[in-house]
Amino acid sequence: MEAAAGGGCGSGPSLLLSDGEQQCYSELFARCVGAASGGQGPGPAEAARVASGTASAAAGPVADLFRASQLPAETLHQITELCGAKRVGYFGPTQFYVALKLIAAAQSGLPVRIESIKCELPLPRFMMSKNDGEMRFGNPAELHGSKVQIPYLTTEKNSFKRMDDEEKQETQSPTMSPLASPPSSPPHYQRVPLSHGYSKLRSSMEQMHPVPYEGRQPLVQPEGTSFGVSGAKPLRHQASLIRSFSVERELQDNNSNYPDEPWRITEEQREYYINQFRSLQPDPSSFISGSVAKNFFTKSKLSIPELSYIWELSDADCDGALTLPEFCAAFHLIVARKNGYPLPEGLPPTLQPEYLQAAFPKPKWECALFDSYSESMLTNQQACDLNGMEKTSVKDMADFPAPTQDVTGDDKQALKSTLTEALPKDVPEDPATPKDSNSLKARPRSRSYSSTSIEEAMKRGEDPPTPPPRPQKTHSRASSLDLNKVFQPSVPATKSGLLPPPPALPPRPCPSQPEQVSEAELPPQLNRAPSQAAESSPAKKDVSYSQPPSKPIRRKFRPENQSTESQEPSTAVGGPASGATVKPHPTVQKQSSKQKKAIQTAIRKNKEANAVLARLNSELQQQLKEVHQERIALENQLEQLRPVTVL
Amino acid sequence: MAVCIAVIAKENYPLYIRSTPMENELKFHYMVHTSLDVVDEKISAMGKALVDQRELYLGLLYPTEDYKVYGYVTNSKVKFVMVVDSSNTALRDNEIRSMFRKLHNSYTDVMCNPFYNPGDRIQSRVFDNMVTSMMIQVC
Repeated sequence: MEAAAGGGCGSGPSLLLSDGEQQCYSELFARCVGAASGGQGPGPAEAARVASGTASAAAGPVADLFRASQLPAETLHQITELCGAKRVGYFGPTQFYVALKLIAAAQSGLPVRIESIKCELPLPRFMMSKNDGEMRFGNPAELHGSKVQIPYLTTEKNSFKRMDDEEKQETQSPTMSPLASPPSSPPHYQRVPLSHGYSKLRSSMEQMHPVPYEGRQPLVQPEGTSFGVSGAKPLRHQASLIRSFSVERELQDNNSNYPDEPWRITEEQREYYINQFRSLQPDPSSFISGSVAKNFFTKSKLSIPELSYIWELSDADCDGALTLPEFCAAFHLIVARKNGYPLPEGLPPTLQPEYLQAAFPKPKWECALFDSYSESMLTNQQACDLNGMEKTSVKDMADFPAPTQDVTGDDKQALKSTLTEALPKDVPEDPATPKDSNSLKARPRSRSYSSTSIEEAMKRGEDPPTPPPRPQKTHSRASSLDLNKVFQPSVPATKSGLLPPPPALPPRPCPSQPEQVSEAELPPQLNRAPSQAAESSPAKKDVSYSQPPSKPIRRKFRPENQSTESQEPSTAVGGPASGATVKPHPTVQKQSSKQKKAIQTAIRKNKEANAVLARLNSELQQQLKEVHQERIALENQLEQLRPVTVL
Repeated sequence: MAVCIAVIAKENYPLYIRSTPMENELKFHYMVHTSLDVVDEKISAMGKALVDQRELYLGLLYPTEDYKVYGYVTNSKVKFVMVVDSSNTALRDNEIRSMFRKLHNSYTDVMCNPFYNPGDRIQSRVFDNMVTSMMIQVC
């Protein structure tokens, strides 16, 4: 398209485009739309398959496209505002065309104004930095490269490699080369049918998202470990996004141009949130108390005022507890905030509890996910949530049977158990297995692999000190050797324990029980140190949170008893429960880790108790003062009366 | 119309104070501060033994020629002080009571937020909006 005749008499907002421009823009628009719609068939620009039914391009592809134009983010912001997308909340054809013209104007050095597009402009140029997707935009004849390599894949190993052929699935090479040389995308890409290209486009676009930002950072953080688990899922933007967040890098407003999009919860995200909810509160229909939620959300590293505001928004009934839809809304707001979205003034309609309850049935953990994914794909188009990663992931999922090749970063999928299960097929055995287990384990805890890197980041936030590649068991907060030792056994234990929290764990996942279970899995798990360590620590925390009050008490005892006592009951329980063969050996490790965990839990509890007691103390002292004053007053009165009575 | 609304903690430091900006805010702050004495007096007068029956709404604390100051205290000794313009004679006692009730409800909502530590300044946007609406609408 670039080669096409430069913009003829481009005009302003009235969208009088030259033929070349018209053609180029409509194709770009169609791509964006198609990508959003999951590449379902080609269509004219207006035939947006967006679930909403309006001809609008999804935020993800469009954002990717804009980013490919290599304009500074601020300029893109301005463009977005000018073209009206912010106003209307989506990119319709009009907005899209205006935006493209503005991009062309900006690239030509003109100021970003409506007037700029009234003059003749060359076609906007979209560079391919690392992604094929970008190149796609750049070349009119560009091919929808099926292989999009995500150079930035740092942690995730989501080198997203698109197959040349018409594969819709992007196969991601497990190797993530940060800033991998831009795939020879142009040559690779063949012109594929729009429908086909859309899916790829989406993927590439998603990839593009993180590329500019991600590539810069090694992304070795814990996310990587968690991400890696999922294996070959093409690293969806979300994954990369998540990573970026975990890196605490704010992705430039990927979706900031789309005011409405970020406030929709995609299916994958929903699953993730629900998993997290379960980790805190096994019963999905009951509440998470305020303190539990506070601790949980504090891990996201957002500031307290922001968290306070998010709570205000999400706790609709102001009861100090979060139900599942409220929790999802809060989580989503946190994720969005970490992604760089400003917090809304009021709870968006898509996050209202009623809407959430109606829109999302209970999460399906099992293979039904595929179905949900396909439909979520459609819905995802609207929800460019977090860079439309969900879409990609969803799409990927749908196309999953095809992919085969390397499923690299399956961050999102990792969330869904089914996804992960499905993935293993495509994922190479070695990476897949640990990843699956990790993802499975991680699921309840920190979903790094899950759809949103933010969440992973958040979960990662649980153990800030933890080194990204968690060594086998060395607990993240490895401040003391003891802790490491203590944790070691317990960490894997926890992880395994977390694995089946919903299905397998007895009424309450006992600290000992998970450990017991994990005992058996210890040996294999120990091998998978990195992800597990990371997971286990967050898992442990989550487990601890989800434990009922009785558990905390139990845990308290542990630290008191230190190694032996806790070990004994746990081992005793573990004996029958897990019947681990390696009990003696792992038991020791487990005990140390259990102790460590117990100690930490106890420390936490004690701190909380301290705070409460301090408050209570101050109040009581106040009362004491008042009582003293009363007493003094009474004594005075007595003094005054005494002379009378005595006499 | 409330020209100034203040929430005072039990230790008599302000948790939240807001006045209509057109006036000299310092004057209102001073009025609120001096009204605290009256509040304490009323509280003690109500009886230490009758805490349960103590009325939360304290009524008119003291009038000045331009303004009237109303008080309200919660069971946890958090005080709400409201300064209203005397020229607004249409304001009746019931209306003031309802305003205080709204304040109290909003304050309770703020308290329910686990991220809010009692004793912190109130920075809730929801609370702000509610106070703004009271200051504008009641006017």
